[in-house]
Amino acid sequence: MIELVSQERCIGCSICVKVCPTNVFDMQDGQLVIARQEDCQTCFMCEAYCPVDALYVAPYADRSVEVSEEALLHQGMLGSWRAEIGWTTGSQTTMAARDTTPFFEQFTKTHRPKES
Amino acid sequence: MAIQEQAQHLKTDVLVIGGGPAGTWAAVTAAAKGARVVLADKGYCGSSGATAPSGTGVWYVKPDERLREEAKASRYDMGGRLAEHRWMNRVLDRTYANMNQLAGWGYPFPLDDEGNQHRRSLQGPEYMRLMRKVVRKAGVTILDHSPALELLADEHGVGGAAGVNTQTGIPWTVEAGAVVIATGGCAFLSKALGCNVLTGDGYLMAAEAGANLSGMEFSNAYAICPTFSSVTKTAYYSYASFYYEDGTIVEGAGSKRGRSVIARNLMEGRQVYAVLDQAPEHLKPLLRVGQTNFFLPFDRRGIDPFTDPFPVTLRLEGTVRGTGGIRLADEFCATDVPGLYAAGDAATRELICGGFTGGGSHNAAWAMSSGSFAGEGAAAYVKKLGAHDGSRNLERKSTQPIVEEGKGSVKPSRAAEWVQAVQDEVKPYDRNLFRTGEVMTQSLNRLNGLWNEQREQAIEHTVDGVKAREAAAMTATARWMYTSALARTESRGMHKRSDFAGMDDNQHYRLITGGLDQLWVRPEQVRKEVVVH
Repeated sequence: MIELVSQERCIGCSICVKVCPTNVFDMQDGQLVIARQEDCQTCFMCEAYCPVDALYVAPYADRSVEVSEEALLHQGMLGSWRAEIGWTTGSQTTMAARDTTPFFEQFTKTHRPKES
Repeated sequence: MAIQEQAQHLKTDVLVIGGGPAGTWAAVTAAAKGARVVLADKGYCGSSGATAPSGTGVWYVKPDERLREEAKASRYDMGGRLAEHRWMNRVLDRTYANMNQLAGWGYPFPLDDEGNQHRRSLQGPEYMRLMRKVVRKAGVTILDHSPALELLADEHGVGGAAGVNTQTGIPWTVEAGAVVIATGGCAFLSKALGCNVLTGDGYLMAAEAGANLSGMEFSNAYAICPTFSSVTKTAYYSYASFYYEDGTIVEGAGSKRGRSVIARNLMEGRQVYAVLDQAPEHLKPLLRVGQTNFFLPFDRRGIDPFTDPFPVTLRLEGTVRGTGGIRLADEFCATDVPGLYAAGDAATRELICGGFTGGGSHNAAWAMSSGSFAGEGAAAYVKKLGAHDGSRNLERKSTQPIVEEGKGSVKPSRAAEWVQAVQDEVKPYDRNLFRTGEVMTQSLNRLNGLWNEQREQAIEHTVDGVKAREAAAMTATARWMYTSALARTESRGMHKRSDFAGMDDNQHYRLITGGLDQLWVRPEQVRKEVVVH
């Protein structure tokens, strides 16, 4: 679930307030806060839309964990999802444009080594 | 927060409730037919729902007779032979046209070596961002963070809906000639990817207006998922081996028929681990781009799923991947109530899948096709209404009274208790995956008691009020689910009865259910047709 708003990076544009499907964020006195963390469904959409990579959604769906902004920065985790789908400004291509995976059923039928 | 004078009141031709793929296709299609359209989403149209965070294959098959016959046959038996060729043909045609339309709108389909576009899959973030853009361009008014709480209707049929904006607290009412329900299925707040906005709201609102449901016994889909994660994408587990903690193999476990083996182990308290060690080396980079965020939770934990075993669970996806939903009365997705249409997971998907859906490709095809059928149907209905539209005497249809802030009777903590109570009846594998008459009867009795408690409670126009209303929709959904599942005394599609193993040819019919306080269920014959396969 959502664990971090980098106050250093956040520009208060409130796009995440708008796009979060479960209404997790609020703006309070011009500052973004995680107001309802328990409603987060760990869908990562806020990260995809954040223009300054200020948000971090931890991969744990059912529990909150401690995170360190410094460590996440060091590991290149802030904005890694947006970069992966090609939504970072200046991206040459998007993940959608690279997705040449053939139709899945035919694909697995041809390539699957054994029936599970 | 809101006072009554601030209430938003709109009049339109077509109101679409839900802004996922089905809702956006309905909105765009109705607008293209000349209708004025309002679209209300409980979250944000563009990021909300099961599709937006996911990658999905699409049932896109070239209009070649042999290919089409193969495509139709591929899941016909798995679904318990409840699909209809007439519907499969229409959906294949419409999906083909809609995918080509997406290319025209600028969806970045990849190019193959010959420079032709691969139009076989869609990436959720890209797809739904584009759909929002197209919806806006079509002149549709979008209401974000605006869950509908009840339908409005009179003796002529449905004529609108009312709800609240959860960010401003301002109640809204939209009067409309026709309403399309595209609110998705119900995954019972299990945190399956993108699914926590899908709480069965549309089923409850439709039933309150008199609509019927179909196939609600096919509502117990469970996805293989890393225990810690929300990413419920099962397709890649066809490349997995399953192990116990000591490294010995779990015999018979798998993503297709072996899911029950995983469930039985988890029920006995034996953790099962997966590793995608059957994936050939040259496919790994392709797999990475094929499912939009399958790898994200692994990357964030430093797990290489191709080599490192990770614990798995089965997360309930309910009717999102299950096929039950609102019964459709005609080929333009009309329901049994005049003026009310249904599309996507909110509508029954039995018509193309029967009682089982494997991967998402049929689901994505169904969403975009049924969405555009419903948009056409609703727009045509409004045209027929014409001048009669002016003189309506609309009533609010909610069973629970919906009231202003501060006038409700539900304590905020109650909604969470109700949600937990429903989850206790629908999540456990020994209740809902391996079904028996005895256990389901016990669950249904408790759920009936829960409904009686909830139905008296007045719901406020607040965030907590919306949650209480969602809890009521979940209770109602679970009751229709077990009522139908008890009536089907056989195993068919995803519906598995431990006390009635095997398919019974005498039950080759659909089950229609409905009612609010008193539930009923009756069989309906599958349309007879020549089956080629």
